[in-house]
Amino acid sequence: MVEMLNWPLLSLVTFLPLVGVLFLLTLKASPAAESNARFIALFTSLATFLLSLALVAHFDSAQSDFQFVETLSWMPSLNIQYRMGVDGISLWFVLLSTFLVPICILASWSSIKTRVREYMIAFLVLEIFMVGMFCALDLFLFYVFFEAVLIPMFMIIGIWGGHRRIYASFKLFLYTLLGSVLMLVAILALYHTTGTSDIATLLKTPIDKNLQNWLWLAFFASFAVKVPMWPVHTWLPDAHVEAPTAGSVILAGVLLKMGGYGFIRFSIPIFPDASAYFMPAVFALSVIAIIYTSLVALVQTDMKKLIAYSSIAHMGFVTMGLFTLTQQGIEGAIFQMLSHGVVSGALFLCVGVLYDRLHKRDIAAYGGIVTNMPVFAVLMMVFTLASIGVPGTSGFVGEFLSLLGAFSVNTWVTVMAATGLVLGAAYMLSLYKRVVFGEVTNPEAGRMKDLSVREIVIFAPLVLLVVVMGIYPRFVLQPIAPSVAKIVSGLETAGVIEKPILHQLADLPAENPQ
Amino acid sequence: MLIIPELALVVGGLVLLMIGVFTGEKSGNLVTLLTILLLVGVGGALAMPVTTSKIIMNGAIVQDGFGQFMKLLCVLGAVLSLVMGRSFILQEKMNKFEFPVLVLFATIGMVMMISANDFLSLYVGLELQSLSLYVLAAFRRDSLKATEAGLKYFVLGALSSGLLLYGISLVYGFSGGITFDHVASAFSGNGPVSLGVIIGLVFVISGLAFKISAVPFHMWTPDVYEGAPTPVTAFFSLAPKVAAMALLTRVLLGPFGPLMGQWQQVIVVMAVASMVVGSFAAIAQTNIKRLMAYSSIGHMGFLLVALAAGGAGAVEAISAYLAIYLAMGAGTFCVILAMRRDGQTVENIRGLAGLARTHPFLAACMAIFMFSMAGIPPLAGFFGKMMVFQAAVSAGLFGLAVIGVVASVVSAFYYLRIVKIMYFDEGTGAFDKPFDLGLSAVLVGTSAVTLLFVAFPTPILDAAKKVAASLVGG
Repeated sequence: MVEMLNWPLLSLVTFLPLVGVLFLLTLKASPAAESNARFIALFTSLATFLLSLALVAHFDSAQSDFQFVETLSWMPSLNIQYRMGVDGISLWFVLLSTFLVPICILASWSSIKTRVREYMIAFLVLEIFMVGMFCALDLFLFYVFFEAVLIPMFMIIGIWGGHRRIYASFKLFLYTLLGSVLMLVAILALYHTTGTSDIATLLKTPIDKNLQNWLWLAFFASFAVKVPMWPVHTWLPDAHVEAPTAGSVILAGVLLKMGGYGFIRFSIPIFPDASAYFMPAVFALSVIAIIYTSLVALVQTDMKKLIAYSSIAHMGFVTMGLFTLTQQGIEGAIFQMLSHGVVSGALFLCVGVLYDRLHKRDIAAYGGIVTNMPVFAVLMMVFTLASIGVPGTSGFVGEFLSLLGAFSVNTWVTVMAATGLVLGAAYMLSLYKRVVFGEVTNPEAGRMKDLSVREIVIFAPLVLLVVVMGIYPRFVLQPIAPSVAKIVSGLETAGVIEKPILHQLADLPAENPQ
Repeated sequence: MLIIPELALVVGGLVLLMIGVFTGEKSGNLVTLLTILLLVGVGGALAMPVTTSKIIMNGAIVQDGFGQFMKLLCVLGAVLSLVMGRSFILQEKMNKFEFPVLVLFATIGMVMMISANDFLSLYVGLELQSLSLYVLAAFRRDSLKATEAGLKYFVLGALSSGLLLYGISLVYGFSGGITFDHVASAFSGNGPVSLGVIIGLVFVISGLAFKISAVPFHMWTPDVYEGAPTPVTAFFSLAPKVAAMALLTRVLLGPFGPLMGQWQQVIVVMAVASMVVGSFAAIAQTNIKRLMAYSSIGHMGFLLVALAAGGAGAVEAISAYLAIYLAMGAGTFCVILAMRRDGQTVENIRGLAGLARTHPFLAACMAIFMFSMAGIPPLAGFFGKMMVFQAAVSAGLFGLAVIGVVASVVSAFYYLRIVKIMYFDEGTGAFDKPFDLGLSAVLVGTSAVTLLFVAFPTPILDAAKKVAASLVGG
């Protein structure tokens, strides 16, 4: 442990993909080099994932503070430093990112045929920015990574996407950029009023209530687009539909989590009063998102679009859970994000498997494939159930905890959000039924081959995670709990939420022993 | 001792002119080479750190860290445009000795106006620069467009010089002096500001705003950018912009510093107008040079945002932004200069289609510059914008900052469109062999600065901080 601290482990995890990028840049354009490009990217991302496992091994779950902290001089004239560190919350997001990238690269193995080298560079660069964003402990460093993600994502959708890829990539870029720049102004204002951009210091700095509201709104503009919350979600279905499979996986798996992560890292602890003030608004938007997008998902004919809308609904649970400002709610929301990262990623991979074979995303083009693709049918069943939130899968834990947190704050919100669970079961099961069961209406679909070894290798860790997280969530929740408890106690200190009754009793002065 | 760089430039310029005159038409290569060497030498001298600021020549000239830095940027801009424009000039048969000499004289004018400490040296420097630029714009006498550009630039430039001179005379009349220190002390009282002074102030600002092509004095820019030969356009977009912005900063924070309450709103309006026009008008452009004209108008708007904030933070932001802008701008023009197909220049942005396949390196560099200009991290342009908006937020100009960032999103659209054309669209064929040594050196250098600024920001940021301290004394 002690000798590990001397290593800049977080920077290594973040910038290791850069080595792969530099290797890829030396390749010439030739068929042999394309195969090399795939292997270089796979090895680099696997090495990064293994290295990030060292984070888990050396992480002290009992602590709530930032660990593996690194500080380097960056822009001394502006008093801005390069600061990295993770706590229980960001730890798993780093892991989620490093875990999904090798899967994405494997998933693109044969489906990406043009400009393979550039594709792999884009993915590795994306990984640098994603991991860096979750590790950044300086507002400006965070912002740099947060917005930089758009560049590789724009390229991935724009170059390797579907027919309307240009529209989708521009919409993604400009939509999220507009939200982000408002946050930039808020970051500058925060930096100006507090004189620091160090996140650890900011978490302890009280901010004027009136200013909090404005800054909260500006941060909200950015994170709400990223999550995405209704009504600023419209970029997501387009981006998902047009993105290549791996792009959708990373978009649903990690990019959406950046918004939720932003809420939990910035909005809630730094602006506690504003968070409590805007809580009803966030609840309203979350409930609308859950119900409305579930209904929209019900009528989709395009598989990717359906899963995209289901993502918005699931992220509605996340925003609701976060803004309950309770221990269970926040833990549940974080767990839900992690679970959704795995499950929705897996579902997009399932669609990718079908698309690779038939090049159609319409639900109607499939049906009855259970006879010729039994392994696939089983796997997709697991992910469908996890998406619905059946107990025993990872989806259950997050939704249950979020609803539990919400129930202690607002019963009606909980009731309405819970209807989303029913709708979720409706659209996911109907998707599964229409694709996997029933008559074989399309003979080509009936002739599709079952999963190849490569595809099974891709799905195996995902299935394992879904089940393990569902049965033994404690493993994941353990490091999260102290960090969330710290945020919640900060909210109690700020006086925006009441302490639970039991804690109040414990704090009572012992002047009346009778 | 203090004006050695200026003296070297003037004497060198005259000698080179003589060499050119006496050796005739064939001397183009030699004079260009010597000009570049002279400018590099002067640039090296300017890179020496200056600790104190001195006012010399009876208050006409000031030598300080701010001037030194801006002069270095101007000289750098001149060198870069000469080096990267070389192959274009040879191919277009413009290899005349007057070209480098004119660039040199324009640079002398810029250097003078940056170190001006009274309104007379300001005006003389500005005119020397402008007259050289008018001729440069119309350097291709046989081209209708270039001649039109030169004439348009001249007529409008003369008008703006008239405005400036009229403003100066009013300021002189009301303050009783022409040195900046005298004017500053004359206006530093708390009494009411007379209308005449305000009119003079506005006229001076208008005259200078014309030079940085801030809206509403920007009309000439797209036409001149489009009409002038591309190396000249590159030069226009780099050095004169730096010089005029430096001059505007010095004048507003120096002699007119006490009148900040009067000029701040003027600058705010111009900043908003420039950012909005720069970003919206560029969307409709198909000619890459016109697009760059509107892009530069937008960038000047961002710089004005910082200027409107006033104070040391503003100067710091302006200095850093100009340095970054120089790198991005020079790099972008390298790519534009490389756009040649079948011996013809290609100016339509559609000509870039499929560049990522035919010239991946060129496309990657252009993408870096475009994302940087759009202000997307981790590229250098983002940090320029960040500092500019930081200055605005520190001064409480939240509204301006919000308008600025929204305008930057709009402008991101057309920068992205260029990336889209290069990477997403199908190609129309390769360009001619795009690289000669000078062009590729500038391209590699500028893209390295733009890309790696995020990792090594201290040289530029520390310099900017010192520059700000030397001008504002903070």
